[in-house]
Amino acid sequence: MAPRRHLYQLIARNKLSTGLFIILFSIILGVIGLALGSAMRWGTGYYVMFGLFVVVYNLVLYFNSDRIALAVNGARAADPAEYAQLHNIVEEVAIAAGLPKPGVYVIDTDSPNAFATGRGPKHASIAVTRGLLEILDREELQGVVAHELAHVRNYDILLMTVVAIIGGLIILFRDIFLRWGFFFGGGRRRRDSDRGGGQAQLILVLVGLVLAILAPILVALIRAAISRQREYLADASGAYIVRNPHGLAGALAKLGQSTEKLRTASNATAHMFITSPFAKDRGESANWFASHPPLADRIARLNSLTLSEEDADPDLTTKTPRH
Amino acid sequence: MIALIIVLGILALLVIFFIGTYNSLVVKRNRVQNGWHQIDVQLKRRIDLIPNLVETVKGYAAHEKAIFERIAEARSLAINAKGPAESAKANNMLSDTLKTLFAVVENYPTLKANENFMKLQEELTATENKIAFSRQFYNDVVMDFNNQIQMFPSNVVAGMFSFKAGEFYTVPEAEREAPKVKF
Repeated sequence: MAPRRHLYQLIARNKLSTGLFIILFSIILGVIGLALGSAMRWGTGYYVMFGLFVVVYNLVLYFNSDRIALAVNGARAADPAEYAQLHNIVEEVAIAAGLPKPGVYVIDTDSPNAFATGRGPKHASIAVTRGLLEILDREELQGVVAHELAHVRNYDILLMTVVAIIGGLIILFRDIFLRWGFFFGGGRRRRDSDRGGGQAQLILVLVGLVLAILAPILVALIRAAISRQREYLADASGAYIVRNPHGLAGALAKLGQSTEKLRTASNATAHMFITSPFAKDRGESANWFASHPPLADRIARLNSLTLSEEDADPDLTTKTPRH
Repeated sequence: MIALIIVLGILALLVIFFIGTYNSLVVKRNRVQNGWHQIDVQLKRRIDLIPNLVETVKGYAAHEKAIFERIAEARSLAINAKGPAESAKANNMLSDTLKTLFAVVENYPTLKANENFMKLQEELTATENKIAFSRQFYNDVVMDFNNQIQMFPSNVVAGMFSFKAGEFYTVPEAEREAPKVKF
């Protein structure tokens, strides 16, 4: 089965990108830590603590990123009795995809959306919003679940989650450093003639400014890595998994009509969702920084798929997109 | 000396090829068995769901006796079916009778609104989907397995250890069409 290699290539590339992102951010962290330590003339103890922090942070990122992503979005485990249909649909699509059943979560908001997260197919979770369950019928919901399980099967989920958390952390650090620098340092400047304090505040502001410049660049990197091609591919392979493109196409059409904004989503996490969580971005024109392709285009591509049993899996036959 | 090394090298490569092919055939055969087992689980689940469903419908439409009899008959055929081909035939018959039942239910609005019935209907829809999807998955693995058994050079290894091609779980053309119901 030669074409199957394309799926393996795709998965290998996703794992590699994930590793590169983790290493890249560890290096950035290391540079900031070393600069801070040498500027403040902190001792060996600080460097040991800092090294430990980077190690622990990476372990948490790898093993708990899915829990963080679920918690940040306010997702809670879906009760099997209350959400019997959702559980049924996830089970049946998992059978179709040949994957173990992922964890099922519900987000209590009117904005219709969904995302998948986890380390890989054996540790995966799917979260859908209450609004999504309310507006979609069974077939459409099945299409959305199939799209998310396609992300799971392709190992998109780990990369998307890690990138979301790193993006979020960068923004958090930038805010912390800028505030520290201006507030603590700024207030002390006139009263305190100690030169060390003045230098420290300067360093903090500088680090904050570097991060402020870095953040948008990193967001652009995220956009490049989590290419919009990935969404087209998950649409196509989702449709292939359930051998039905119309459910997902109908679901996307309904999502396009919604004007509800997802409160918990930010620029760092937007790419994880099936459609942009910001209602204004769901429009027709694609711009460079958009996290998702235009919905009308995705629907048109889905409707042009006429699937039969003989059709090959898009993951297995098409070459993986070049970024 | 060089000739000996070359011969030994070729022999080593052949041994590696044999071991690799044999192991991959075993993995695929297990996958086929597992796929069949998955279908079986779902088929049994449907068989278990049917008595409940029939009882609920009987409460509202007791006089539709002909259909209950046909379901009972198809159900017992499905219970006793052995092997993919026979099972496929019996279960397709069961699917057809169930479709007729749901078409009949359309005439009883109070039954359709019954909460217990709606739950059963969702369970049955999910089980039908799981049957269809596990069948689709099973056929994919069978095809992969059969390809390796029949293609050269892996067919040599398959022949030596008598691996037998898997049986497809076929869907008759009738099932692809919408159910035909006469009133």
